[in-house]
Amino acid sequence: MKNKLLARLARLGGLSSALLLAGCELDVLDPRGPVGEGVKSLITTSVIAMLIVVVPTIILTLVFAWHYRQSNTSAEYLPKWSHSNKIEVVIWGVPSLIILFLAVITYQTCHSLDPYKPLAAEANTKPLHVQVVALDWKWLFIYPEQGIAVVNQMAMPLNTPVDFDITSDSVMNAFFIPRLGSMIYAMAGMQTQLHLMASEPGDFAGESANYSGRGFSDMRFHALAMSNDEFNAWVEKVRSSSEELDGQTYPKLAAPSEANPVEYFAHVEPGMFNTIVAKYNNGMIMDKSTGKMIQVQQSAMSDMNMKE
Amino acid sequence: MLGRLSLSALPLDVPIVVGTFIGVCIIGIAVLGLITYYGKWGYLWKEWFTTVDHKRLAVMYIVLALVALARGFADAIMMRTQLALAYAGNPGYLPPHHYDQIFSAHGTIMIFFLAMAFMTGLFNFIVPLQIGARDVAFPFLNNLSFWMTAAAFILVNISLFVGEFSQCGWLAYPPLSETQFSPGVGVDYYIWAIQISGVGTLLTGVNFFVTIVKMRAPGMSWMKMPVFTWTAFCSSILIMVSFPVLTVAVALLGLDRYFGMHFFTNDGGGNQMMYLNLIWAWGHPEVYILVIPAFGVFSEVVPAFSGKPLFGYNTMVYATCSIMVLSFLVWAHHFFTMGAGPDVNAFFGIATMVISIPTGVKLFNWLFTMYKGRIRFHACMYWAVGFMVTFTIGGMTGVMMAIPGSDFVLHNSLFLIAHFHNVIIGGVYFGYVCGMNFWAPKVLGFKLNEAWGKRAFWFWLVGFYFAFMPLYVLGFEGMTRRMNHYDNPAWYPWMLVAEVGAVLILLGIACQLTQLYVSIRDCNLPENRDVSGDPWNGRTLEWSTSSPPPVYNFAIVPHVHSIDAFMHDKENGIDTRQAGAQYQAIHMPKNTVAGIAAGLFALIFGFAAVWYIWWLAVVGLVGVIATVIARSANKDVDFYIPAEEVARIENEHTRKLMAQAAE
Repeated sequence: MKNKLLARLARLGGLSSALLLAGCELDVLDPRGPVGEGVKSLITTSVIAMLIVVVPTIILTLVFAWHYRQSNTSAEYLPKWSHSNKIEVVIWGVPSLIILFLAVITYQTCHSLDPYKPLAAEANTKPLHVQVVALDWKWLFIYPEQGIAVVNQMAMPLNTPVDFDITSDSVMNAFFIPRLGSMIYAMAGMQTQLHLMASEPGDFAGESANYSGRGFSDMRFHALAMSNDEFNAWVEKVRSSSEELDGQTYPKLAAPSEANPVEYFAHVEPGMFNTIVAKYNNGMIMDKSTGKMIQVQQSAMSDMNMKE
Repeated sequence: MLGRLSLSALPLDVPIVVGTFIGVCIIGIAVLGLITYYGKWGYLWKEWFTTVDHKRLAVMYIVLALVALARGFADAIMMRTQLALAYAGNPGYLPPHHYDQIFSAHGTIMIFFLAMAFMTGLFNFIVPLQIGARDVAFPFLNNLSFWMTAAAFILVNISLFVGEFSQCGWLAYPPLSETQFSPGVGVDYYIWAIQISGVGTLLTGVNFFVTIVKMRAPGMSWMKMPVFTWTAFCSSILIMVSFPVLTVAVALLGLDRYFGMHFFTNDGGGNQMMYLNLIWAWGHPEVYILVIPAFGVFSEVVPAFSGKPLFGYNTMVYATCSIMVLSFLVWAHHFFTMGAGPDVNAFFGIATMVISIPTGVKLFNWLFTMYKGRIRFHACMYWAVGFMVTFTIGGMTGVMMAIPGSDFVLHNSLFLIAHFHNVIIGGVYFGYVCGMNFWAPKVLGFKLNEAWGKRAFWFWLVGFYFAFMPLYVLGFEGMTRRMNHYDNPAWYPWMLVAEVGAVLILLGIACQLTQLYVSIRDCNLPENRDVSGDPWNGRTLEWSTSSPPPVYNFAIVPHVHSIDAFMHDKENGIDTRQAGAQYQAIHMPKNTVAGIAAGLFALIFGFAAVWYIWWLAVVGLVGVIATVIARSANKDVDFYIPAEEVARIENEHTRKLMAQAAE
């Protein structure tokens, strides 16, 4: 009997220590890049500001409920009292001041943390350009400058800003690497933008943060942050693959698949990302700098199946 | 002949569904058998199904809500169990096809059929009594609304056994919900359930809006209206303004699916972002439609059990109205991550935070209502205090996500799930259950068992914290919603804790059912009977009439002199009932079969439309229209209760009151 109890307690202890350990793994609050750091400090500041009013409210609720209980006849009872200008001023004023403060930091951080805004580091470091396509149910990463493509894995050199252009060739998904910060939707026929940077090396989990159907749970990728040399080696490794991505092989890749393994493509047809976006817009894409719709250069992709 | 319906539509290969089906059949046959055995069909038909009495409809709405709770909670605990198992290579016991239907059904059922039905039940319970009216403005529409809601709920449950339900989440975002990606019948079940229940809800909104505007007792000016009625009023306005948007959004999706149009498709010029805007232009007001009446309940319960008037009545009214207006200015906070510019995001973020000011003021008003009061800790007060603590936390996490910068990492995560369950359970559900405990003696004539009520509260409260606090943590750990399985070892222990929470909530629901059973069993015990009609020393008009009230509510329509009309009368020795006065014949609406007939035709139409059985769909649609026209042409819809009958009922109540006073 006693042994059983002890065993149970031990198991409970094991569970709670697992919880404590798990508690140190708050990806979003333990970021590995400047965007995540910005979000983390925003969350911390706003929570502290709100606790100024939240904690007293909770304490007062419990204290009033206990103190003015019926059996406590020594507490003052004012059966008619229902108005006080002083209290009204405080209960409207204090929350308003806190919200005013939060509104100011909201406005500031909407601009400073705008996912479309290039990172400050781009001033002195040339950014890496990555195009992301959400497919059923995997992520395709195209490196236009390197001319390679990868499925369900991406790599980036440390302390190099990464400019993501993101679209979908299927339903809506959200591109999210919790350790690095902000997410953004991936939508067919549209390009969203995201700027992230890793300041520590690591293998970070990436996921779709918007439910997209049957294979959604396995729509995960690895975001690898590494030194410049390692990154170059990684690019070479991808280039040594025997696979290529072009108008012929793309439809096979785009067909629905679940828990897709990592795939390397040594060569990717130029302009493929634009073609994927443009196929939903009569061959047009939006020019990022001017906002105008422009015709995409015809390529070998034009024989790709345009109509879903 | 049968469209795309065939035997293969029956999910005979899914043992869970087959088992559920057998269970439902056994229970169903048992219930029907018992009704037949006791010969209660005539009674049910005459006194309940065809009734236009708002009090009876209230009970029917709440029964519907409790059935929906059972279904929605079964879905919930199945999801939790799946996620407590499906870790590190274990696929769990629910494959994605089944799991995706479950989370879609859970959200749809809990919002449309638990929360909305419970809320409408409370409106029906109380609003006419609180404003001194004899019924709602449109008694037939009230009955029709109920049957439309019931038909839609039945349609959702048919999808469990015939075909499949939507696998696109409770809001069915396109393009996933378009034919290209969801060719099955699931989304069509969703579309027609939403459209049919939408008719019911919209009519309810119109009905209560007109009732409150036109039928208040003499003397009840706007600023003497009880706060619950104020909240029902604001909620009805929100329904009238926002539900048509839902109807249109879902209708456009239906046009895409049924006629190959391109409103929200990827290709052909469709725009999925427009659907998100439309659905949330309804969806955000919707959560205020639900929570504002819960605020109304607490604004009645806290003063009654604190023995004091509500602190800051005017403030409360202004706060409610400003929440109503602001709720239309915040919808885009549901998709900050869609790529709108920083100024757009900042506008919607700040507008969202501004709502927390009047909401916070309401909390302080309840707080200062308790201040210097004499608080009786009835079960109702447990729910109220539990709400105040829990909702404050939910409000804070809501503001966290209202800041776009923070939302960029919290959006769609389990943090979001924790937040909205925090406000929907801790706010809406606690509020409605509190209201049910508070007003049950008025409607049923006996009090609900308090010990079981308190047990239910503790299990729900502790269960809520166990089930949802881990989800906040999981959100920070980057776990996103609607996952079917995962392999992150950090998530696993929290999922186990959440499962424990779900089991505790299950015990809470069991306590609530036991509470109902025990209360009905002991309803004739003298300490449970509510002879006085005023068991809590209430402040508003509903407590001035007998419990349960006579069918006409008030023999003499009361005159209102003050905000807390009944308390004013009690303190000044005025007999609100004016017992023994000269009674007059009372004009009342007659029962009608049109509501249940229209509901049945709507169900037939919905089912046929889902399965492309066009001839049957025509039968259903023509049936609904013909029923409503026939009812409109019917002039024999009212009758008079003779003055002698009124006098007999009233004198009987007076005699009981005197007998009680003599004891």
